Order: sequence, then structure tokens, then C-alpha cells
Amino acid sequence: MSKTDVSRRGLLRTGAVAGAGLALPTIFTAQSASAFTNEPTGSTVTLGFNVPQTGPYADEGADELRAFELAVEHLNGVGDGGMLSTFSSKALGGDGVLGKEVKFVTGDTQTKSDAARASAKSMIEKDGAIMISGGSSSGVAVAVQGLCQEAGVIFMAGLTHSNDTTGKDKKANGFRHFFNAYMSAAALAPVLKNLYGSDRKAYHLTADYTWGWTQEESIRAATEAMGWETVNTVLTPLAATDFSSYIAPVMNSGADVLVLNHYGGNMVNSLTNAVQFGLKEKQVNGKNFEIVVPLYSRLMAKGAGENVKGILGSTNWHWSLQDEGSKTFVRSFGTKYGFPPSQAAHTCYVQTLLYADAVARAGSFNPCAVAEALEGFEFDGMGNGKTLYRAEDHQCFKDVLVVRGKENPTSEFDLLEVVEVTPREQVEYAPDHPMFAGGQLGSCNPGA
Amino acid sequence: MFGLDKRDTTLLLIVTVLTMFAPFILNPFPTDSGLAQFNAGYPDLMQRFVIFGIFAIGFNILFGLTGYLSFGHAAFLGVGSYSAVWMFKLLSMNVIPAILLSVIIAGLFALVIGYVSLRRSGIYFSILTLAFAQMSFSLAYSVLTPVTNGETGLQLALDDPRILGASATADGSIPVTSLFGLEMRSTYSMAVGPWDFQFNVGYYLCALVLIAAFYVAIRIFRSPFGMMLRAVKSNQQRMNYTGLNSKPYTLAAFVISGMYAGLAGGLMASMDPLAGAERMQWTASGEVVLMTILGGAGTLIGPVLGAGFIKYFENIFSKINDNVLHGWFSFLPDGIEDFLVFVIHPFIGKGWHLTLGILFMLVVIYLPGGLVEGGQRVVGWLSRRKSAQSRQSETNPAE
Amino acid sequence: MDAFLLQILNGLDKGSAYALIALGLTLIFGTLGVVNFAHGALFMIGAFCAVTLQKLLSLSFEMVDPEKTDFLGNPLKVKTPYVEAWFGPEVGGTIIEWSVPFAILFAIPIMVAVGFIMERGLIKHFYKRPHADQILVTFGLAIVLQEVIKYFYGANPIPTPAPDALNGVANLGAIIGMDIIYPVWRIVYFFFACVIIAAVFAFLQFTTFGMVVRAGMADRETVGLLGINIDRRFTIMFGVAAAVAGLAGVMYTPINSPNYHMGMDFLVLSFVVVVVGGMGSLPGAVIAGFVLGILESFASMEWAISLIPGINQIIIYLVAIIILLVRPRGLMGRKGVMED
Repeated sequence: MSKTDVSRRGLLRTGAVAGAGLALPTIFTAQSASAFTNEPTGSTVTLGFNVPQTGPYADEGADELRAFELAVEHLNGVGDGGMLSTFSSKALGGDGVLGKEVKFVTGDTQTKSDAARASAKSMIEKDGAIMISGGSSSGVAVAVQGLCQEAGVIFMAGLTHSNDTTGKDKKANGFRHFFNAYMSAAALAPVLKNLYGSDRKAYHLTADYTWGWTQEESIRAATEAMGWETVNTVLTPLAATDFSSYIAPVMNSGADVLVLNHYGGNMVNSLTNAVQFGLKEKQVNGKNFEIVVPLYSRLMAKGAGENVKGILGSTNWHWSLQDEGSKTFVRSFGTKYGFPPSQAAHTCYVQTLLYADAVARAGSFNPCAVAEALEGFEFDGMGNGKTLYRAEDHQCFKDVLVVRGKENPTSEFDLLEVVEVTPREQVEYAPDHPMFAGGQLGSCNPGA
Repeated sequence: MFGLDKRDTTLLLIVTVLTMFAPFILNPFPTDSGLAQFNAGYPDLMQRFVIFGIFAIGFNILFGLTGYLSFGHAAFLGVGSYSAVWMFKLLSMNVIPAILLSVIIAGLFALVIGYVSLRRSGIYFSILTLAFAQMSFSLAYSVLTPVTNGETGLQLALDDPRILGASATADGSIPVTSLFGLEMRSTYSMAVGPWDFQFNVGYYLCALVLIAAFYVAIRIFRSPFGMMLRAVKSNQQRMNYTGLNSKPYTLAAFVISGMYAGLAGGLMASMDPLAGAERMQWTASGEVVLMTILGGAGTLIGPVLGAGFIKYFENIFSKINDNVLHGWFSFLPDGIEDFLVFVIHPFIGKGWHLTLGILFMLVVIYLPGGLVEGGQRVVGWLSRRKSAQSRQSETNPAE
Repeated sequence: MDAFLLQILNGLDKGSAYALIALGLTLIFGTLGVVNFAHGALFMIGAFCAVTLQKLLSLSFEMVDPEKTDFLGNPLKVKTPYVEAWFGPEVGGTIIEWSVPFAILFAIPIMVAVGFIMERGLIKHFYKRPHADQILVTFGLAIVLQEVIKYFYGANPIPTPAPDALNGVANLGAIIGMDIIYPVWRIVYFFFACVIIAAVFAFLQFTTFGMVVRAGMADRETVGLLGINIDRRFTIMFGVAAAVAGLAGVMYTPINSPNYHMGMDFLVLSFVVVVVGGMGSLPGAVIAGFVLGILESFASMEWAISLIPGINQIIIYLVAIIILLVRPRGLMGRKGVMED
């Protein structure tokens, strides 16, 4: 009995122990040992899309899934081809990847590390997925990234904003296109200074888990560097739904800016509560009180309704961008589904294309070859300007958008307006930056 | 055999056969057929079936025998996983010390929580255990992050100071969990015609542990100690009046079932070295309650069935999407195909919760004794039909 | 000082929601002896009554505005709500704006009906079954209800603002010369909760119907032997409990945008509240709701967190443990209820 890896399927050895008596050697389908996990041998290749389908992020997950389906269509030459026409690399021809038709399987992460890993494992072990993508939280992204590293498949992260994903928890098989907390802070700080001045007192409310902490750390560092004072930082429980008891002390703290390091449901509730307490109309120290939401999600911001008006934040991408790549993507997505894509959909779509392109350029599905093709890859035409996949930490570097809640929206999708497109140089950092220190990429694992 | 009567021996044998041949039983459909979607015979899910089976068996020792409904059992599972992962980080990648430690730590944890919670009974006991578990969860998620790594979950890293064994393998990856060199993740696949059966070392380890755990549970159920626990359930007051102090018995049951949960947690971490705080949340505790009641509380095999039922739905139904549906019904005319997809759509993929909720209700309404009762009814119906047939053949001689 | 007062207000406000849900739970438990895990779902359905009414009132027709374009570059379809077209933008706008208060009227019949159907269709069959079965079946029902809502309304929160007139802040401290600024709607919510609680107690205390129900809670069999159809009255009480939870949900929507899992978020907390209050005691449930709300608010203050890190995460559970260890049956629980 020979040992093989967790996910090598279809492998044959004669002299099986269990059940050997059931099978005659003649009905064995002979195959040579594959060179890496789930090497596609037929006419198709399977990708695994692991998104939250239940729980609070289900709508975001549904949007990611739409983007994945669209990307697969475009890869297989169905539809208008989308960003394939604007993408600077022309290795993909709309005829699948390396001549193989792209198939996909889907799963539910439930936004829980355990469930996400179970779902990803089933895709790898049962469906033979060669790449896993998707997700809507950093905890899940880090957990699944670790799994893909062990199993020997590529992980193309979906929406994950924590510094840790490409910082202390980075992995050789994992790649992130989405921006991170540090970049949000670096992009926001100059705009905040321009609009609100350099003499401000900030009060932070921070979701009490890893993403929240890295977000707070990044924003603090960036704002304090330009002269702001941090009056106080308070951690709020993730499970909190009513933030009134955290908002109330802000009013008499002497602070004139409130930074809400919250995401998703937390963000909707804390922002709604802050506006309820009249913070938006408040005057402190002779200045208008301001609220900042460092990471905006348009889908979620919708839940806060009118309250987002005039509130600054950052986002990875927005459908109103006017470059060719974004316009093409919004057109294909909007024509198919009837509404514009979210930033989560955009990053998932781009990640799928980037993966396929890397395979095509490498000429192989081998994760190590793909990783090599992605490392240091520079491209354009995907909606964020010239972008670099940095080899040292597998983080994409690209322009970051600073946005503001729109005062007079023309439609239900028209919630945010782009205030500034912060150029890539401004958000770059050294790979050994202290906020990202502590982890090692390790070496690429092809599985077999 | 093994000090069991005939019925229990049969039960144990059935469980043994089921677990040993699970890779075949759970993979009834050829890999390329449309129904392969329903195959559950891949290592991860088989491991989960067995691990949650152990968890539920342990829970049933407390709930099924004493009637004490703990709503915080997931905390012990979580604590077990954390201990196991720490063992991997600090000591060695061998699963034996990790599992041992997780059982011991979970047992100690259960002793403390049980000692306090068992001062109350009924729903007051349930809420006490729930409160302890929710506190563990909240703290593990936030304040205790240095120990638990918070939201991300405790994972192995390349720079773990492993005393026995290397921090990283020669090619720069994290070593894998093993049993004296036998890697937990190694899988042997056997292709038989269109079928593909997977035999995983980790799964067989879990299965052996399950059989042992099941055996111990049978012994507990049939022992004088088990009788005492049943006495607690039927009338604790009367028991106290006879001068017996029931507390040591219930506490022992609580600790044993906590250790089962720790064992499940340790196994879970051994199969996949990650421990997350969500494992301790009240929903996770609720899940094991559901497994036990769904399968049949107080029966031996019920909790295992319930665990398999819930995990099957979670992992199989959530993965069916519209594309798969269209694949199944593609042989039908377009209109009917779209209609069928439209009708089934709310119940699969993102709707798997809905299906599970409906099934919970149906099982509880129509099968008060859980799945076990369903099985008994089917068996009873079959045997009645058989006897009816034989009677018929007697009354109507062949012409 | 004013920080403390503010937190007391916050606590009363949070406590209002806890108390209303716990009151309904206790009512169902006290009358029917059923542990209703679907009670959080009733709260959620109430909230979605408000959402639905808001959607109904702002039903719109579309007109193409050739001067503007939508995100695809096609002419923009401008939506105008029918009510604005019928009554003019001024009045119509006000009607839509007041949809949450209007939803109270809309929600009462719906919630009572939902309660009736639940009790007659499902829970009736579970009186004689063990509590574990009741938990399982109502938990299954809760999942089904929330998934149905998710199917129609999605998973994201839906904004349901309060009317502008009630949306601002008021300075409560002006009378005593202090600066205590508090949102008007939250004050409304607190008083609304008080009115509902008072109404339920008055109904039970001062009406014949209430008297019979109380008698039935104390000794169901005897009341039945007296020839009173106690089952029907208990069914009505189930409807009342559902309506209380639903109204709590309706009024809660402007405080936090409702989403389909808000019921589950409150479920466990309200169970803790009920048990801390003492099983079967209505005043206990209400008092425990307010006490835990206030303690939760205090625990989120800085001095508390710096004293015991993480106290804001666990305060409710910690208090529950302490109270249950000191007082075996919670604050006001009766002996022998749910103790076996």
C-alpha cells in the first residue's frame, strides 16, 4: 500500500489492502502518478468558488458568485468577453484555459473558518478543484489560504482586508488582489488632512478582532503622522448590535472625528447609531464633527440608508470608474444581472482572470508554475490602473479609491462618489514593514 | 463478546462494519455521473461524520442518561482543539500526545464548569452551561487572542518551536500531523471502473476511536453507573430521599461527556490543525443538541445518525447550485427543466438552511423518537409485511 | 456623572427590547408550558412588517428621464411612488416617512395571525412532548421563517428610518441643568415599551379574561374542570405574546436596520433574561430585561473595561451565572418550574 497526498485522486496502485478483492486489475483505469494536486487530465479544469451563502454576508457572497460565473463564461468564450479585451496580457483567447473548458463548483463558507475549510476541502478532495477563490472575511481567507498551502492548490483570495492575509499569515500558494488596511489608511490620510485639517482629535471604535485591530493600527499611524491626535480607542464586541453605549461617551470626549473600524453589519449599525446621536450635526472645538468609515462596502452601506451621506471611506473599486476595464466589466455584469457589480464581485472576477492568465502564460496548471507566473506580474486594464503582484508577499499594489457617501443619489446603486484616486506609489510599503512582519511565505507546495 | 450481550454486540458490529466500509457505502454513485454530487465518501466529510459522531455520543451520555441538557458542550470541543493545536506547535506532530492532552484539558474544564453548573437543574442548568460557553467563545475571540489567535483561529506556522520534530520540512513547508510517521492526510484512492473510493489514514484513525468510544458508551449505558444516571433522570428527588447523593454521578457523567467532546476536538485538530473560536459558539453547542435529539436521545446509535444527517446536509446540499440542477434536468424539455430548477432552487445551495429547518420539523413532528424510531418503524413495517405475506401464503395455497 | 446617566438611558433602551421579548417568552411559557425558540423569529417578523409596509407605501411607477442615464448608459428610469403621485410629493413623502409608526397598526393583526397559526398548526401538538422536542421543532421553525425572509428580502440590512420629526436628538438634561443629549426615537422606544408592558399587565390583572388566564397558569386542570375553555384562551395569549414581540420588532427598526438574522441575535440573550428573571414570572422577566440592559451599558464604559478586560463581551453571562448561583430560581422564579 502506497501513501499519497491528501488530495491525489484517481491514483492507482495494485495490491490494495481494503477492498482489493472487489476489483479485478482489468477494471482499473490506469493513470500515471500526477505531478501535482488535482492535475486536470480530461478536457475540463475545475475551479472552486467558496463564498458565504448563508449568514450576514450572504448577499456579498451572492454577488461574488455572479462575478465568478461571469468570469468563467468569459474564459470559455461565452458572452462579450468582458475584461479580456482590456486586460494588458493577451494570453487568454476565450477558448478555456490551455484548451480545457473551465468548470466550477461552489460552496458555502458560512463566514466561519471551520465551515470554509470543510467546504474548500470537499472541493479539493471530491471535485478535484485546482484553485480556490472567494470569501468575504479575513479570518476565513487566512484559514482557507492555510488549507490550500497544505493541500497544494492555489488560493486567490476574495474580499479580505486585514494586513495579516499578506502579512504575518501570508502563504506561498495564496494571492490577494484586494487592498488592505494599511493601504486604506495611506490613501485616506492625505484626503482627511485636506478636508478636515491637520489639527483634529480622533476617537476610534474598533471591532474587537484581528481585522479591526490592524485597521485601527494602520489608521492611527497614518493620521498621527500628519498631526492628528488620537483621543481614545475603544474595542467593541463583534456580536454587538446596538452601539449606543459606545457612541454616547464620544460626545463628551472632546474628540471631533469618529473613526469606525467596523465592517458589514457592525458598520451599518455603528454608523446608524452615531448619526442617531446627532454626531453628524455636532460642533466640537469650533469644527464640524466628522465620521470616517475606513472600509466601505457599497452593498452593506445601503443598509445604513441616508446615514452614509457625506461620510468618507476607502474602497478597492467602484462601478462608476471611467477607465476602459471598469466600464467593460460594468457593462457585461450589468447586462447579465441588471445591476452594477460590487467591489467584492470585481476582485473575484479579476482574480479568476488573473489565475487563468497565469496558467496560460506558465503553460501549466502546476501551482508552482502558476505562482511563479503571478509573482512580480505587472498588468493593466483591470480597473485599478497599473497593478503589480508583488513577489515578496503576493499582495497586489494598485490605485486605491477614497470615496464619500453621495448627497443626491440618482439611483439605489449610486451611493458613493469617488473623491480621489490615490496613486499606487502613495500606498506602497516595504515587504518588511512592521505591520506586516512576523510571517514567512514558505515555499510553494504543488501537493504531490 | 467483550462483556456485551447479544444485542449490543450486534450493534457494535454494525457500527464497526459501517465505519470500516464507509468509503464504499458513502460513494454509491460513479464519479462522472450527475448523482456523484450526493457522494459523501471523501476523507474530510467522512472524518467529520465520525468526529461529530463521537461528540454526539458523549453528549448523549449526559443528556440521554441524566436528562441534563447542556447548552455549552461546544466549549469543551473548542478547548480540546486549542490544546491539540498547541501540542502540535510546541511538542510534536504526533497526534497521540495532542489527543491525550485535549481529552485531559477538556476533562478539567468540564470538571470546573460541571461542578458549578450542576448546583442547579433543569433550564437553570442549561443557561449556566450556555453562559460559560458563550463567555469562553467571546473571550477566545477577543481578549484571549494571544492564546487562541482570535478570529483567524490558531494555526501552525513555519517558526513553531517544536521540541520533538522540525519547525519546517526540508522543502520549506509546515510538517503534517502523523501517527508515528503515518501521515493523517495520506489517502489511497482505488479506482474501480467508474467509481473512485478513497481510503484515508486519518479517517481510519477516527473510525477506530469512534468504535472504541461507542464501546465505552455501551458499557456505560449498561453499567450500574448508567442505571444510577437513569435514576437521576426519572426521579432525582426520590433518589435523594433514599439517601443517595446524585451529584457525584451527574458530575462524573458531565466530565465523561466533556472528555468525549475534548476527544472530538483533539481529533478534529489532528485531521486539520486549526482551531477557531466559532467552534465554541452557542450555535455549535446547539448543533450537538440537535444531532442528539434528531437521531434519538437516549439511544446508543441515534446521536451518530443525527450527526451524520446534519453534516451531510451542511456539506452536500450547500454545494448544489443552479448549474448542477440544470445538469441533472438537461434531458427534459427546456420549459420543464427551467420550472424544476425554479422550484428546487430555494432549497439548495444558499437555501440549505431552509431544507435543514424543514427536515428538523418533519422529523420531530412525525418521529418523536428521532431517526432511530424511523428506522424501527421501517424494520417493523418490513417484518409485518413479511409475516403478512407468509400468512397469506398459508391461507391461500397455491392453485 | 452625565456619562453615567447616559449609560442608564442606553441601558433602559436596550432593556426595553430585552424586556419585551422576554415578556412574550415568559407569557408563552407560563401559559402553554412551551419553550419557544421561534420567539426571536417573531421579533424579526415584526421588524419585517415595518419593512414591508415601507415597501408597499413606496411602490413606484417608472418614468424614463431622457436627460439622465443609468450605470449602463441607458436612459434613466426615474421612480415615483404612487402615494406621491396621488397626494402630491409633500403629503405622499410624509406618508412614506411615517411608515414605521403606521406599521404598528399593520403589524398587530399580522402578528396575532402568525401567533394563532403557529400555535394551532404546530405548537398545539407539542404540549405533551418533552421540552427538548419543543426546542427542536421551534428551532426548526425559526430557521424556516428566517430563511423565507432571507429569500424575499436578502441578507443585507434594510434601512427603515424613523420619521424626520422623531429622528433628531433631544437634550434631556436641560431641566436639571446638564447636557444629556439623546436620540428622540430611543426615548420613544422606551416609553412605547413601558406602555406595552403596562398594557399586558393591566390586561392580565384587571380583566376577567386575564383573571382566567392567570388562574389557568396556576392550575390548568382545575380551571378546565370548571368548564372553562382554557385552551382557547391560551391560544389567544400566544397571539398576544407574538404581537408583543412583533411590536418590539417594528419599533426597533429605526434603531438598527433590520436583517433576517436579527431574531437569532436576540434569541439567546432573551432566554438568559427570562431565566435570570425566573421561569414563569412576568415581572421577573421585565425587571431582568432592564437590569441586564443597564449592566451591559455600564460594562461597556472605559473604566469597566480597563478594570476587567473583555468584561463588555461577557457581562450578561457573568451576571447570569452569579444570579443563578446566588438565587437558585433567578430573581423571581417559582419553585419547581422547569427544574427537572
